Amino acid sequence: MHQIISRTQLSAEVFRMEVAAPLIARERQAGQFVIVQVDLDWGERVPLTIADADPVAGTITLIFQSVGRTTHLLADKQVGDTVAAILGPLGQPTHIEKLGTVVCVGGGIGVAPMHPIAQAMKAAGNHVVIIMGARNRELLIMEEEMRRIADELILVTDDGSYGRKGLVTQPLKELCERAPKPDCVVAIGPPIMMKFCAETTRPYGVHTLVSLNTIMVDGTGMCGGCRVTVGGKTKFVCVDGPEFDGHQVDFDNMMKRLRSYKTREDADHHQCHLDLELARKA
Amino acid sequence: MSHTTPAQLQASACIKLNELLALGRPLTPKDRLAIPAQEMPNQDPQVRSANMQEVATGYSPEQARLEAMRCLQCKNAPCVKGCPVAIDIPRFLQAIADGRDADAIAVIRETSLLPAVCGRVCPQETQCQAPCTLGKALKSVDKSVMIGRLERYVADLERESGQVRAPAIQPSTGRKVAVIGTGPAGITVAADVRRAGHAVTLFEAFHKPGGVLVYGIPEFRLPKRIVQQEIDALVAMGVKLDTNFVVGRTRKLQDLLDQDGFDAVFVGTGAGLPKFMNIPGENLVGVFSANEYLTRANLMRAYDPDKSHTPIFRSRQVAVLGGGNVAMDAARMAIRLGAESVHLVYRRTEVEMPARVEEVGHAKEEGVQFHLLQNAKRILGDEHDCVQGMECVRYELGAPDASGRRSPVEVKGSEFVMTVDTVIVAIGNESNPLIRQTTPGLNTNKYGNITVDETGKTSLDRVFAGGDIVLGAATVILAMGEGRRAAAAINNMLAALPLRP
Repeated sequence: MHQIISRTQLSAEVFRMEVAAPLIARERQAGQFVIVQVDLDWGERVPLTIADADPVAGTITLIFQSVGRTTHLLADKQVGDTVAAILGPLGQPTHIEKLGTVVCVGGGIGVAPMHPIAQAMKAAGNHVVIIMGARNRELLIMEEEMRRIADELILVTDDGSYGRKGLVTQPLKELCERAPKPDCVVAIGPPIMMKFCAETTRPYGVHTLVSLNTIMVDGTGMCGGCRVTVGGKTKFVCVDGPEFDGHQVDFDNMMKRLRSYKTREDADHHQCHLDLELARKA
Repeated sequence: MSHTTPAQLQASACIKLNELLALGRPLTPKDRLAIPAQEMPNQDPQVRSANMQEVATGYSPEQARLEAMRCLQCKNAPCVKGCPVAIDIPRFLQAIADGRDADAIAVIRETSLLPAVCGRVCPQETQCQAPCTLGKALKSVDKSVMIGRLERYVADLERESGQVRAPAIQPSTGRKVAVIGTGPAGITVAADVRRAGHAVTLFEAFHKPGGVLVYGIPEFRLPKRIVQQEIDALVAMGVKLDTNFVVGRTRKLQDLLDQDGFDAVFVGTGAGLPKFMNIPGENLVGVFSANEYLTRANLMRAYDPDKSHTPIFRSRQVAVLGGGNVAMDAARMAIRLGAESVHLVYRRTEVEMPARVEEVGHAKEEGVQFHLLQNAKRILGDEHDCVQGMECVRYELGAPDASGRRSPVEVKGSEFVMTVDTVIVAIGNESNPLIRQTTPGLNTNKYGNITVDETGKTSLDRVFAGGDIVLGAATVILAMGEGRRAAAAINNMLAALPLRP
């Protein structure tokens, strides 16, 4: 059982929670994730990214979007409540070294898993450029934390309500055209954003890492539900990833696989909104 | 196929038993040979294909006694040699034949830890029942004494009576042992090491203990409560259970020894990395490893969509690739989850199928269609990358190879398409890389299995291993046998150390 230490609603569907998980807080490294379960008897196991950790306090920070049944139930929890199970840290940590200039592109809640990576890249002595994007100002998260790390910070919104108007790929392209080119790009966000970031950097030959968040059950290599095609080979996101060379990932297949249980998820999401509606009226 | 009900089986056993008891003299070998092998009472296939309850309902007392009376009590006991943990089979059968069921279970417990599990899932027909003299005399292994069913009978009786005796535990030695994995190997080691007075912590990556016994083997073959009872017994013995703890990630194996005060570690993490066919279309939507499909259905209980939050694919036409027990489990699960047709596709013939004959029979009774000497060549998808068919090719048995086994040869130009919306790949598992990757100095073979010496010790000091992580995918009883061996080695090693206050 993991007690919730703090809870903040960042936007309509995005929540930030600090939970007690001393073992994970001690071992986790940038790029790793956890599997969360809200009910041991009937709950689903869902992968969530680790946005931050405090090994002294024994806590990890989860930032998640309330999109399915588990994340809805998690979002409903309050400070002092507990999360039934958190397994981790899982996945291969990000390979961190001094490369020169590293561009970190975070889209939507992809900024959350980007945070520890940007932090570690900065600590390794890199010049860190951060591009943060969201549909609108309201959905832009962790601006302060990222500002503290960034040597250069570029904010982008689809509707222009904050920062530059447009998509993250535009400033990314400009950075690739700058001399010297970035030494590495790390892109984390919705699959479609990662796909287009990889397409943006490909002509410039800039090494681009993406961090994938696929459907998983165990998170330890046992089920293979998370498999993706990378460079024509099948890889397991949970044990081989979650980070892969973005130029090698078959994003189209991955996006389709992500929709495997879409009907069920849509129904749950709809039910949740009905519940919220009823609760509001009551 | 007509179904004989459990009540009918019991009634005929009653008549025969009374006849034999009325003889008023010891049975002769001729009498014993004449007793019909007792059929396992099963749920009606029509009924069970729509429920998750156990298929085999277990012998009635009359059937059990009658079956035990069939044993010829051979002096050389070939059955014992066929048992990986050498249970004194003739002695436990004699106890049942005499009506001393409690003594029978006591005999089994001298060497086996999980009789209710092994009685259900052991491949007895290739182990203890294979060399049975009675079976040989009657010219069929199907007519051997049904040792496994009798083991299950007395184990169930003991459990249901609540008379399970807690084993004696030696005084505390102050030594600590970590057991990684809570499948059959880990459970065995935990029990044996704890009995010697050492503190034991069991580490499990999932949220529930039991390993393959709970995520893999379905409820209809091995009810979860039976496994849970074994775990409860360990906890009652003072074994500590840490779930949601993946050694290698939550904590490195070496840290358990160097920093957390464990004196020894046993690795029993199983064969948990599914193999795929490496054919085109295998990453389409609707293609699953049997591990994923069964874990969703078993451990995550997706068979109850009203309660379970874990979704499972709603399939109409399912193809299962493979011919082992896991393939049968997946096919039979698909039937229970409401598939209209389930097609089992296997490259060889039924004779070569690694699955137990009983499981093959059950699958057929429940309506699984068998497609033998065929194999998948590629999986076909629609515009949404969803499975809509599978291209198969036919095989024929070629000339015998060096081992005398006729290997299948592809028939050129025999390709055809099977209409399916789901493909479940059940062609085996490789070893899980997590511990290997995070434990420097731990030697493995070319398959990634941990290499051990004859005592179960690995290349690292104080680290032992057993079960599928050493053997590759094998059986519950072999994992248990390996566990007993490693536990003995751990206990010996710790006994040589001074007592710690």
